[in-house]
Amino acid sequence: MSIRLNVNGHEHQVTADPQTPLLYVLRNDLGLNAAKFGCGLGQCGSCTVVIDGEAVFSCVTPIMLLQGRRITTVEGLGSIESPGPLQRSFIELQAAQCGYCIAGMMMRAYALLEKNASPTDADIRRSLEPNLCRCGTHMRILAAVKRAAELRQVSAFR
Amino acid sequence: MRLGILIAACLLIAVAGLLFLSSHAEIPPISQPAASAFDAALVARGAELAAIGNCAVCHTRQGGEIFAGARAVPTPFGAIYSTNITPDSRTGIGRWSEAAFQRAMHEGVNRAGEQLYPAFPYDHFTQVTDDDDRALYAYLMTREPIQAPAARNKIWFPLKFRPLIAAWKALYFKTGPYRADISQSSEWNRGAYLAKGLGHCGACHTARNVLGAERTNQSYAGARVEGWDAYALNHSAPAPVPWTSQSLQKYFETGWHVQHGVARGPMAGVTADLAAASKADIHALAVFIGSQINSTRVVATNFSEKQPGLGAEIYAASCSSCHDGTRALPFGGIDLKLSTAVNAPSPRNLINVTLLGLSTAEGRAGAIMPGFDGAISDVQLAALLEDLRAGYSDKAPWRELPEEIQAARRAIKNGNEGL
Repeated sequence: MSIRLNVNGHEHQVTADPQTPLLYVLRNDLGLNAAKFGCGLGQCGSCTVVIDGEAVFSCVTPIMLLQGRRITTVEGLGSIESPGPLQRSFIELQAAQCGYCIAGMMMRAYALLEKNASPTDADIRRSLEPNLCRCGTHMRILAAVKRAAELRQVSAFR
Repeated sequence: MRLGILIAACLLIAVAGLLFLSSHAEIPPISQPAASAFDAALVARGAELAAIGNCAVCHTRQGGEIFAGARAVPTPFGAIYSTNITPDSRTGIGRWSEAAFQRAMHEGVNRAGEQLYPAFPYDHFTQVTDDDDRALYAYLMTREPIQAPAARNKIWFPLKFRPLIAAWKALYFKTGPYRADISQSSEWNRGAYLAKGLGHCGACHTARNVLGAERTNQSYAGARVEGWDAYALNHSAPAPVPWTSQSLQKYFETGWHVQHGVARGPMAGVTADLAAASKADIHALAVFIGSQINSTRVVATNFSEKQPGLGAEIYAASCSSCHDGTRALPFGGIDLKLSTAVNAPSPRNLINVTLLGLSTAEGRAGAIMPGFDGAISDVQLAALLEDLRAGYSDKAPWRELPEEIQAARRAIKNGNEGL
């Protein structure tokens, strides 16, 4: 089956079984490798992407649900030349240690910041709760999300 | 003119009557007793009883300190905020005597003599014995005092006039202790005492009338609470495999049962608390609730052949890896033929779980399921739920699916998911 997917503002025509998880299509067909395969059961969050503003586990989301939806991955947050606020804050605060969960963390944080431009520490913790980090970078991740909120507000005033 | 005077006089008499009915003396404040003044065994007993009463569920806001209050309790009349029941002397119950605590439990009046809203379930707590109240008081008075002022209730303006509660009480509130049924075992009676009193099961599992009082003729027939269906706890309990006192006991202790799945919605916090209750009390509770359900219904076996279609495809792609998997409960998904949500009279809980997933109680290990709120559209969700109802239950299709899906999504958006 052929299906149109809108990823990071670009339209893609993908030929795949409609039950294929979005994660496989992103990585194998579109070469977008930010989202990671972790548990494959929607329990760890390393595959998190944003669909129409909501954080979603791409490993349990088949592409047949996504015709006409807006999909955003870390690749859509900025580029190496011009990183977005979340990318800049994660680099600035060195919030990736082993790094495996980070793409998922950034996308869940992105969904939060789109809805709530100045979240409290409690808001950030509550919102990142579904995503696991197993190497212990939690405090830097929290600090980076807080910093990203500031960076976004600075760029909004420019 | 004369009519005006007459009406004014009637109103005046009504208000005076209310004020008379609602007048209670202040119970003098005490100087805050030291934690060491309470017997350790009594405090430990109080902890077990507080777990039965689920005090923490309502008296703790999300992310807040335990028992410090400020959680919104949604009612049809607006949000009533729970109070701080830590022994803080200024904002909590630090200066409440045991007599004041007991009066609140038995009569729904605070230390100062003001009426309490029945969101605090004193219609049940009035049955709690003095001994159990003493243990609860000892437990609460030995918690960490937290300074946390009361949140302002957001209720329909006239109801802010608390003497009106006296009128509600005159209509619906019966004080008095639990009366034992001598035809039943002592265990059954202990369970009934706990369920009707401190456990206040009926506060969620019994429907309420327009004035918010439980309909006593529909006791345990099920009700909708905070956007979730609290299932019937009588012979019409919708579980595909009827509950027994044995399965209930395991469910109360652990929050899940292999033939029924995992507690969710407001019940998740209840079972998380019950884990700390005494084994004997949990057993008694299970004996009593089991006797109320007392179902002889035969387990269904006549499932129809699964039909291909959008719903079946979504199930295969998103649900099957856990729900048809080999991992055992609670970490594997339940066989949906055993799911109460799939077999229930309304689809609301199944919608909620599909959208929100399952999370564990804060700080505890437990089953988790991913939520599909951001992934699935209303039409796709309806197709999935129709497939589940047809393939995993022997019940008639739900008729109100699109409306229920929209209502559930609205409630989740407004933060009323009650998780």
